[in-house]
Amino acid sequence: MLAEQVCRALAQKLVDAELGKQEIVKLTAEYPELSVEDGYLIQEELIKLKNEQGHSVLALKMGLTSQAKMKQMNVHEPICGVIFDYMAIDNGILPLGELIHPKVEAEIAFVLGKDIAGPGVTGAQVLAATEYVLPALEIIDSRYKNFEFTLPDVIADNTSSSRVFFGSRLKRPDELELDLVGVTLSINGQMKDLGAGAAVLGHPAHSVAMLANMLARKGEKLRAGQVILSGGITGAHQLFAGNVVSAHWDGLGGIDFVVKE
Amino acid sequence: MDEEKIKRLADHLAEAERSGLAVEPITKIEPEISVEDAYRVQLLTVGRKVNAGDVITGKKIGLTSLAMQTLLGVDQPDYGHLLDSMAVENHGHISCKKVLQPKVEAEIAFFLKRDLKGPRVTALDVMLATEYVVPALEVVDSRIADWKIKLEDTVADNASSGFYVLGGRPVKPDQIDLVMAGMVLYKNGEVMNTGVGAAALGNPAVCVAWLANKLAEFDIPLKAGEVILSGALSAAIAAEPGDSFRARIAHLGEVGVRFTS
Repeated sequence: MLAEQVCRALAQKLVDAELGKQEIVKLTAEYPELSVEDGYLIQEELIKLKNEQGHSVLALKMGLTSQAKMKQMNVHEPICGVIFDYMAIDNGILPLGELIHPKVEAEIAFVLGKDIAGPGVTGAQVLAATEYVLPALEIIDSRYKNFEFTLPDVIADNTSSSRVFFGSRLKRPDELELDLVGVTLSINGQMKDLGAGAAVLGHPAHSVAMLANMLARKGEKLRAGQVILSGGITGAHQLFAGNVVSAHWDGLGGIDFVVKE
Repeated sequence: MDEEKIKRLADHLAEAERSGLAVEPITKIEPEISVEDAYRVQLLTVGRKVNAGDVITGKKIGLTSLAMQTLLGVDQPDYGHLLDSMAVENHGHISCKKVLQPKVEAEIAFFLKRDLKGPRVTALDVMLATEYVVPALEVVDSRIADWKIKLEDTVADNASSGFYVLGGRPVKPDQIDLVMAGMVLYKNGEVMNTGVGAAALGNPAVCVAWLANKLAEFDIPLKAGEVILSGALSAAIAAEPGDSFRARIAHLGEVGVRFTS
């Protein structure tokens, strides 16, 4: 396991890359023995650094929730990270100048009404503890060159978290069949991707249940009021200046934004 | 193309069906064949079956996704005929002796309450003429070896039709947003892929309108009470003996089929 000092230095490197909009070579190039646990230790240091800069955690997120991505990364469990308060965008503009090589993916976000403590949590319990669900577009922006990373790298990099747009339509979870919510994602009027909620581990609530169970291993739990991005229903699509992005969720409305230099 | 050649091509495809052995593409035998001639081959084949006692139950629309159109280098769908002998009861089974190289895809099936005749039929006309929609599985199959098909091959081969299964419950067109309805396709209980109505030319009703307008070229209407399979909502998944497939479509319920040896 890495020493705390090393973790902090690597976390600082990632924070600097984000602020300087300067992509870096993956950490495992220098530290090939980096484990998944090390990745989470670095992520924890990164969260501390952000807290010291005055940023707080706005939401939790799950990553690698599709069979395709898990196969690609050769893993059996998704990964988790955090969304900081400065990452939420409310004016419909994604400022490309603040980012490296952002991509967008469509998700369903959960707002919890009750605490959820693992282990052994299932999707049904998550739905019972959920106050609202709402649509979200997550912007991921790996700090690594060409999005090239191993599992520990992407965990250390806070699972590529960058920005998020939330939709305005909140629904109670029993008003929808979340695994059958259809989603379309268009860029400049052309449909780029589509899917249904089941693309996320069979059901988006399964993803939140897994998060609760992952946290339980650290003696932590999900808390009432927490917002959780459950994972991409669509693939991630790279964005360029001038792009107009428009996504729709069946029964949950849509989100639109533009990409500006 | 003279009638003799059309007959020979129909014989060629019929031989594959009879022997259970896929044959070489008709575009290899007749490289100059036009799409119109390919439809003549299809109509001759269907006509022979009807003469032998089979009954036309409806139509299917194929090549409705951008991915399939790109693959075959075409910019419009095609269609085929559904026959009584192709209908399988929901959660019924299909013997793999009756298929050559089957694949399964989930679709929305339309039933019209009145005839629709092109040209200039719009998606709205289709919605207004629709009595109900139900979820469907289409088992596509190709009499052409290894699915090495060009547009003319699949058109002649009855748009690669195999079997179809209708399920769920009949839903009126005002109870569902067909564009945004999510779909999930399972094989042996595992999510294979997800989709949404928009995967079929942006809207399944657009596909049905295309068919009505296409049939107008032959002075044929889409008839009330016919089954119309509007086009796949996701990529087709290969089936083997022992596999069981199930699809769920938002608001419409589920449909399933099993493959036996």
